[in-house]
Amino acid sequence: GAGQDVGRSCILVSIAGKNVMLDCGMHMGYNDDRRFPDFSYITQNGRLTDFLDCVIISHFHLDHCGALPYFSEMVGYDGPIYMTHPTKAICPILLEDYRKITVDKKGETNFFTSQMIKDCMKKVVAVHLHQTVQVDEELEIKAYYAGHVLGAAMFQIKVGCESVVYTGDYNMTPDRHLGAAWIDKCRPDLLITESTYATTIRDSKRCRERDFLKKVHETVERGGKVLIPVFALGRAQELCILLETFWERMNLKAPIYFSTGLTEKANHYYKLFITWTNQKIRKTFVQRNMFEFKHIKAFDRAFADNPGPMVVFATPGMLHAGQSLQIFRKWAGNEKNMVIMPGYCVQGTVGHKILSGQRKLEMEGRQILEVKMQVEYMSFSAHADAKGIMQLIRQAEPRNVLLVHGEAKKMEFLKQKIEQEFHVNCYMPANGETTTIFTNPSIPVDISLGLLKRETAIGLLPDAKKPKLMHGTLIMKDNSFRLVSPEQALKELGLAEHQLRFTCRVHIQDPRKEHETVLRVYNHLKGVLKDYSVQHLPDGSITVESILIQATAHSEDQGTKVLLVSWTYQDEELGSYLTSLLKKGLPQSST
Amino acid sequence: MAAHLKKRVYEEFTKVVQQQHEDLSAKKLRLTKPSKSAALHVDLCKATSPADALQYLLQFTRKPVEVESVEGVVRILLEHYYKENDASVRLKIASLLGLLSKTAGFSPDCIMDDAINTLQNEKSHQVLAQLLDTLLVIGTKLTENPSVRMRLVEVACKHLTDSSHGVRNKCLQLIGCLGPVEKGAAKEAESQAAKDVQKIIGDHFNDQDPRVRTAAIKAMLQLHERGLKLQQAIYSQACKLLADDYEQVRSAAVQLIWVLSQLYPESIVPIPSSNEEIRLVDDAFGKICHMVSDGSWVVRVQAAKLLGSMQQVSSHFLEQTLDKKLMSDLRRKRTAHERAKELYSSGEFSSGRKWGDDAPKEEIDTGAVNLIESGACGAFVHGLEDEMYEVRIAAVEALCMLAQSSPSFAEKCLDFLVDMFNDEIEEVRLQSIHTMRKISNNITLREDQLDTVLAVLEDSSRDIREALHELLCCTNVSTKEGIHLALVELLKNLTKYPTDRESIWKCLKFLGSRHPTLVLPLVPELLSTHPFFDTPEPDMDDPAYIAVLVLIFNAAKSCPTMPALFSDHTFRHYAYLRDSLSHLVPPLRLPGRKLVSSPVSPNITPHEDPSQQFLHQSLERVYNLQHLDPQGIQELLEFTIRDLQRLGELQSELAGMADFTATYLQCQLLLIKALQEKLWNVAAPLYLKQNALASAAAKQILEETYKMEFMYSGVEGQQVVIIHHMRLQAKALQLIVTARTTRGVEPLFGMCEKFLQEVDSFQRCFISELPHMQGSFVDKLLDLMPRLVTSKSSEVVKILQTTLRQSTFLHLPLPEQLHRATANIIEPTGESDNPLRFTSGLVVALDVDATLEHVQDPQGTVKVQVLYPDGQAQLIHPKPADFRNPGPGRHRLITQVYLSHTAWTEPCQIEVRLLLAYNSNRSKASAKIPKSTWSESLEALPQSENGIEGTIPFSKPVKVYIMPKPARR
Repeated sequence: GAGQDVGRSCILVSIAGKNVMLDCGMHMGYNDDRRFPDFSYITQNGRLTDFLDCVIISHFHLDHCGALPYFSEMVGYDGPIYMTHPTKAICPILLEDYRKITVDKKGETNFFTSQMIKDCMKKVVAVHLHQTVQVDEELEIKAYYAGHVLGAAMFQIKVGCESVVYTGDYNMTPDRHLGAAWIDKCRPDLLITESTYATTIRDSKRCRERDFLKKVHETVERGGKVLIPVFALGRAQELCILLETFWERMNLKAPIYFSTGLTEKANHYYKLFITWTNQKIRKTFVQRNMFEFKHIKAFDRAFADNPGPMVVFATPGMLHAGQSLQIFRKWAGNEKNMVIMPGYCVQGTVGHKILSGQRKLEMEGRQILEVKMQVEYMSFSAHADAKGIMQLIRQAEPRNVLLVHGEAKKMEFLKQKIEQEFHVNCYMPANGETTTIFTNPSIPVDISLGLLKRETAIGLLPDAKKPKLMHGTLIMKDNSFRLVSPEQALKELGLAEHQLRFTCRVHIQDPRKEHETVLRVYNHLKGVLKDYSVQHLPDGSITVESILIQATAHSEDQGTKVLLVSWTYQDEELGSYLTSLLKKGLPQSST
Repeated sequence: MAAHLKKRVYEEFTKVVQQQHEDLSAKKLRLTKPSKSAALHVDLCKATSPADALQYLLQFTRKPVEVESVEGVVRILLEHYYKENDASVRLKIASLLGLLSKTAGFSPDCIMDDAINTLQNEKSHQVLAQLLDTLLVIGTKLTENPSVRMRLVEVACKHLTDSSHGVRNKCLQLIGCLGPVEKGAAKEAESQAAKDVQKIIGDHFNDQDPRVRTAAIKAMLQLHERGLKLQQAIYSQACKLLADDYEQVRSAAVQLIWVLSQLYPESIVPIPSSNEEIRLVDDAFGKICHMVSDGSWVVRVQAAKLLGSMQQVSSHFLEQTLDKKLMSDLRRKRTAHERAKELYSSGEFSSGRKWGDDAPKEEIDTGAVNLIESGACGAFVHGLEDEMYEVRIAAVEALCMLAQSSPSFAEKCLDFLVDMFNDEIEEVRLQSIHTMRKISNNITLREDQLDTVLAVLEDSSRDIREALHELLCCTNVSTKEGIHLALVELLKNLTKYPTDRESIWKCLKFLGSRHPTLVLPLVPELLSTHPFFDTPEPDMDDPAYIAVLVLIFNAAKSCPTMPALFSDHTFRHYAYLRDSLSHLVPPLRLPGRKLVSSPVSPNITPHEDPSQQFLHQSLERVYNLQHLDPQGIQELLEFTIRDLQRLGELQSELAGMADFTATYLQCQLLLIKALQEKLWNVAAPLYLKQNALASAAAKQILEETYKMEFMYSGVEGQQVVIIHHMRLQAKALQLIVTARTTRGVEPLFGMCEKFLQEVDSFQRCFISELPHMQGSFVDKLLDLMPRLVTSKSSEVVKILQTTLRQSTFLHLPLPEQLHRATANIIEPTGESDNPLRFTSGLVVALDVDATLEHVQDPQGTVKVQVLYPDGQAQLIHPKPADFRNPGPGRHRLITQVYLSHTAWTEPCQIEVRLLLAYNSNRSKASAKIPKSTWSESLEALPQSENGIEGTIPFSKPVKVYIMPKPARR
């Protein structure tokens, strides 16, 4: 799932012989078999447990964890499932809610039961941020903070020297209750990133917040009522905090209500997992936990008819059913009131209709509802925008990027950008498609300490990232590699040593006497090779370190001198450099 | 018993050893004190294991070592160093060496050679690093000696190839601190040894250990700080380091780049991957901007801070930092700021209500969109949205600094600053408001921006509101709607937070005087006048109405047509306000009214100012009249004092001056009155009544002189002399009064003694001023000094009496600026009828909020006094953090006072007031002494001025109704 598509996130990664499943989500758009990922893709017969080493859930949104009980209990998986502590806490609430709606309201059968959710959660292993968990001997995973919603995490999966980072959903700009996603320079072989907003660069969140607050404030001052339809988790808390702090700052008295149920339970967990929130909340919670709302109270159905201004958060977020719709019907007639839609609405819902400007709504029973209240739209979304995605890539420095969780057309654009900016390969497979990525695995070689010390002592200081040239002998034996000094290798293999010497003649046009030429060559070399010891020997030859240079006059042409350069195999580097230097000729200045 | 025996054995043992070694070391250490070093030596010898030795050394460290014995100790330590096999002990010794060479007065050059020698044979990396650290200490003590430095640098270079990061670290540090800075001089001396320090350090920019890399950069920065001009070639190296894996390296690299950009702002660097070239400072700016979105917040803070100080950046680059192109589904979208601007210019208010109002318009070329620009793009946009408030504050500060130097940038960053007014952390909000105020002369607020700014007025934090008032004082508004909006919001603020009254009035005063033309069309509406009908007269005591009037009157000052729009009662109200709130209401030229106070145009210098003239004339009159008959003097003084006091009330800028002189004259008057009574001539002891009057006068004069000395800011030496002189006279008067009223010589004798001492110290303190005091009391007294010292106390009193009468009246020169310290308690208001109830024995916190003006060092001097009805007084010292400084010469005290009392039967009022504590030791007079004669006055000072401490109440007391209830059982 999630290949060139939003919803039903489910990605299979095979890394160095290990199989990992990333997320196990459902699709909100379907009610048939398509709502869950096709697990038969993994294996037709046989248990999933044999094929999968572990399952990782990035956060508690249903499109990332909705299929989990189905997968583990109905299809059958007994291996470990990893998620962060807040996700583990909140996930079952959402799953239970989802189950209730599908089974109780829609009356579906053959769906997972509450017991299954419980059983499934028993298989979950909770992880902490930045904690490295050893799944088995070779496979290890590590969670990074991802923003987005409480407990959302990015996971690094590592086997040997190969690694993959899966971002889940993440947010690079901090908001009122969560911080920004962060990852260190882990340089994975592959980065699997979401790309919901692949083609969007968002405006400053402050403008949005300010607009929102101003609208609410104005309406409340006028004595109007504000309805904010929200989904229970995530944005709801964000908006609550926003309003709560604003009320506090401005000393406002109008009541704010929150529809009870799911949200209340969730708020409880938000209170608990303070460490997962942003700086402000973490710092102030000693005095006061920000999620212990002072101004926000639980809503009761009877309150809707109360006179005077009020703000109500009600579920669900698209005004298609439930409490939010009831309140909406009550308040729609008064032009003093206002409804603020904080997110996207699916076509066909009341929310979508009013946002597109419809003023007369046909309700069930042929009732016609005239909407006089003001309708506002405010986008509060917690996904990284294009710039944020690029920023994450820059932080992590992956060698390959794979885009998921987005629309194909938008991905295309981002893919092109990534390739252009970072010069890394970028992939965007569709559902069911497999992408193979070649890595350059580094092979560890044992080196004898003596050799290492000797080699590092030679030459200039060791350099951090540049490869260093070493002389040694590689012995491949019994499926292991060893690097040892030539002498030791010779000894081990019982071979005799041979010396290899290169000699090279360089012709130089110089009409002067031999020893003068030698002197000139000497001076020249001394001038160029400052870091080496250049010596002029009494027998008329020059040595540069261990390289010997001799000059003789050409037998036919006295104006041409022949320089004989001789070096051993070990000095190949310097020797070849020297010959090329001499071939360029001597500087004319010495005359 | 066994233990006792053991102890004895041990004691004996130690004794023996001690003697042995004392002989040994005594030869070496003849010059030094052998005791200390010898003891150490003994201890070290005694140590059987390294752990023991370490223990001894640790003990030794705790004791201080005298300068003379340092060298001996060092020798001993070195000796042990060579013998010691355990690395940890050697390490400790090495660190001790460093510690010892820090001893003040000890010149470590004698131990340097040894320290260098020890380096040679050392194997342990840790000890090596510690030794180098010791050398660093030695080197820093001997910075003037170039050859020592040279040598140390050489040693450091040698050890740079060490495989341990710690050693390399220290070497680089050493080079950074001691490397030769003067190019010319160093050249010939060290041509081969330390070839080029910069190159050596530069080589370590690529070290494999991040700590060494950091140390290298730090060493480079250290060299820069010491005055070495860094080479431009380092720039490219430093740029590479910006991509380092480790945050401390990146952080240091950012600093280095900043330094280089300040050194070579104009040189040209090529842009990689293209043929273009740009100025180095621009390039560096771009790179640092890039670091604002770094992964580590430490680096981000650093980068954001440094951005602010890069003033030479070209405006093109600067403006990019605020640019963030928006797009939505690949189509260019306008930012909310742009939309707001457009709506404004098209003359419509933002509807903002349509779904898809911000629908993207133009298609953009996919190729042209650069998601991560390598330039400065959007650095501030990111910085201001950062998760950590430290980064946000740094970004706001940087914005402020850049905007101050570039008006066009100021205009552009306005939107962002305004946005910051809604930050979730108060500090950030406050900082951005202050920033805005600082750049406000460069900008004009648009209406939509003003709207956002004003929305913050409802903030519950007083600091924020007040900062905002300050901001509004100096902003420019572009339209009359803007002014109206501001007024409406301020009035709203006033009703919500009545305590902000003063601040709001002041704000409106400036708003009015800055925008007279914009206020003009609003006048009829604001005053609710109607062309045909008379409207009811507004309530004069309504703070909101006063606020409106303040705005209008200040605008009317530079807009002569405005008064024509006023109705009758407005004129009456003007007269009232001009009198009651003279600091807020300017003098106006109104038709049909005589100008009571002539308009003061700003170009008149203070000397031409008639009120100033008046002040001087009246003083002149007083000073000239010293030979009139006493009756005349008294009357004149009385009148002058009255005049001055009235003048002070009318002219706020002269208030300090007038009050000061009035107090002085008052003292003089009291003195004359006290002395002038004929009854003094009666030989018998004074009448009770007379006595009371004179001693009361003396006491009051004393009090007034303390007030004069400590309550006014701007008092200079000349005034202090005269004040002290006056005090001396008062003391003389006191002496005379006591002499007259008490019998017996004994107590009198002591008093005379004391008085003479005071005269003496006066002379010493103010010896330079004495020539100006011809014919004064002191002058005469000093002439008679030899006689006074020898004569009896009754004689002294007599002499004093005559001199006091004959002495002339000293002219008080006025300083340029003189302000009286004032305090005004805003809260508690003292108007409440509801008693503050609390259980007796427990405490109740009372919020006190006061403004202080012209108080120097309020943290040290201002106290809160609480007076209970039973006469019990409580003095509270507010915490230093309770004082805020909103402007020059102004302070604000916001504190809590804890009250407690036993149970009362009914509520009663307590008094709260502010006191100014003083201590005559701290006075300006004694501060002067060290300059003239330090050594002599030093011993005399403590006795003569034995620190008279006291307090001056300087605020009106406020009554608070409280009721401690008996505790319920």
